[in-house]
Amino acid sequence: MFCEACKTKDASVFLTQIIDGGMQKLNLCESCSVEKGIDDPAGFALADMLLGIGVAALEVAQEIKKSSVMITCSSCGLSQSDFKKRGRLGCGACYETFAEDLSVILRTMHRDTMHRGKVPAKFAITRAHRINVETLQATLEKAITEEQYEQAALLRDKLTMMQQDISSSQDIQLSSHPHSLSCQDSEMSGVVPESIVSKVQGILPLEETTVVLGVSLKKKITQAKRKKS
Amino acid sequence: MTFSPIIASTGEWLHGTGPHSEIVVSSRVRLARNLEGKPFPGWAKKPERLAVMEALLPVIGALPEMASSFSEKMENLTLLEKQMLVERHLISHEHAAKSVGGALVMNAAQTLSFMINEEDHLRMQAIRSGLQLHEAFAMINQTDSELEEVLPFAFHHELGYLTACPSNVGTGMRASVMLHLPGLVISDQINKVINAVNKITFAVRGIHGEGTDAIGNLFQVSNQITLGESEEEIINRLHKVVTQILQHEKNARTMLLQQQTEKLLDQVGRAYGILFHAHSIATKEALNLLSFIKMGIDLHLFPDVHRLAIDELFIETQPAHLQKSLKISSALESISSSVSSSVNCAATEKMTSQQRDSLRAVVIQKRLQCMPAPCYSANRPNNV
Repeated sequence: MFCEACKTKDASVFLTQIIDGGMQKLNLCESCSVEKGIDDPAGFALADMLLGIGVAALEVAQEIKKSSVMITCSSCGLSQSDFKKRGRLGCGACYETFAEDLSVILRTMHRDTMHRGKVPAKFAITRAHRINVETLQATLEKAITEEQYEQAALLRDKLTMMQQDISSSQDIQLSSHPHSLSCQDSEMSGVVPESIVSKVQGILPLEETTVVLGVSLKKKITQAKRKKS
Repeated sequence: MTFSPIIASTGEWLHGTGPHSEIVVSSRVRLARNLEGKPFPGWAKKPERLAVMEALLPVIGALPEMASSFSEKMENLTLLEKQMLVERHLISHEHAAKSVGGALVMNAAQTLSFMINEEDHLRMQAIRSGLQLHEAFAMINQTDSELEEVLPFAFHHELGYLTACPSNVGTGMRASVMLHLPGLVISDQINKVINAVNKITFAVRGIHGEGTDAIGNLFQVSNQITLGESEEEIINRLHKVVTQILQHEKNARTMLLQQQTEKLLDQVGRAYGILFHAHSIATKEALNLLSFIKMGIDLHLFPDVHRLAIDELFIETQPAHLQKSLKISSALESISSSVSSSVNCAATEKMTSQQRDSLRAVVIQKRLQCMPAPCYSANRPNNV
């Protein structure tokens, strides 16, 4: 049997992985398996393949090869290649450090990327609050899309108050998560016709909205405005 | 409490007191937790691991449910003791291999156990007899809530509980059920069941978890997803699946009994014959045959009072338990003199697999001698 990567040498490393009930097999020769970072059965390869990291980790490994910049966790010193080799993170902060790689891996492994289970008592209140804020944000976005600006203004005021409550309580940062939407401010400017900006700003000052609700909403507003134009 | 009295008796979960325990051997729920701001054990340096252990041990020891408990650092346990704990599903293979910084705490009933500095700082599990997933979860969840009042667990507002491996992040929970499914194996339906279970994101594994063979017709079904579903949802889903598998197993046995009575009785009779008369038997063969004796009890071929004896043999015939039993049991006396001398020397050192196979045959035979031979009259159709 030939190696599936180089198609010249005999395969000697056989990987089998089951994703969503479907079996995937990968047969590699020794040198290709080394090249793909699955040469150490004890460390990463087989154990993690069985855990389901498999293909995602391989992709990450290849991504790492492509990029010349090596990310390292400032908290524990784990490098991206350490993560690739071990398939394990070094500390809690690594989840932020390697957020980009992880978002691919987590989506392959799990149903969702949002925890829906138990919350420690001390996080429960702020978390519930945050979920309320997110629901309100969605309603606000809908109101804007539907051009119900009066309702939007009311919702905005309510949100401002709730946001202030959150920021005054001791909690983890709102924008710290990898999946938080982020986009460059400059990306948005100059696209929207001035007339519409001023119209919307009259009801929903863009600057304030950005500060209070974060960039993701600004993006939505801009999209709404674009649509309108 | 010291190690010996705990290990001398089998865990409460093995006593077959739970619902459906004739098919569902045990239900386990494990939670993985880490301390905020501390590197995970696999990446932490030795002093950091030690500090985590020193922080966790007294807190766990102070739990009301751990009033009577055993606690030991892994480096103080012998290889044999660690292997015995693995055979009893109280610690993982990985944890047995750990030394400095690793520790184990378990209660006297062996229903609650804590591994310190395994892959995560803390892995705690509750194990119950039969199908008691909700009860096992309630038990471990309460312990977790008590611990979180004093311990700052690493928690992320979107990702949930943070773990060393991304496959555990979120709930950090692995719920698993050990099933005895000889009916589905004999009737060649097991692969169909495994495929169906895999499709709905549950894993099916052998007796000792990941990468192990399904020997003794024992299968572990567990959740793989830990993120995006709540603990209750996972437990409910798993409970439902297990209930369905349970029904399939019952149906398979009924079908076999109606349509292939001879085949089924033959399997039990042959298993009894080999186990009773063998002079040397390997673990795998012993467990595969014991599985048929266990099914024989379910089919009333043997009196029900012998159920525990057979269930205990599943644990007792495993390598480390055999070696340990040599030191404490009188099994030796009944071994023929030639085997006796070689086994005797082995009591102090590591036994060879051949010596273990001989001893295993003796241990099984001793238990079977206390049981009557299979009685087929109840199950055999009148015209046969």
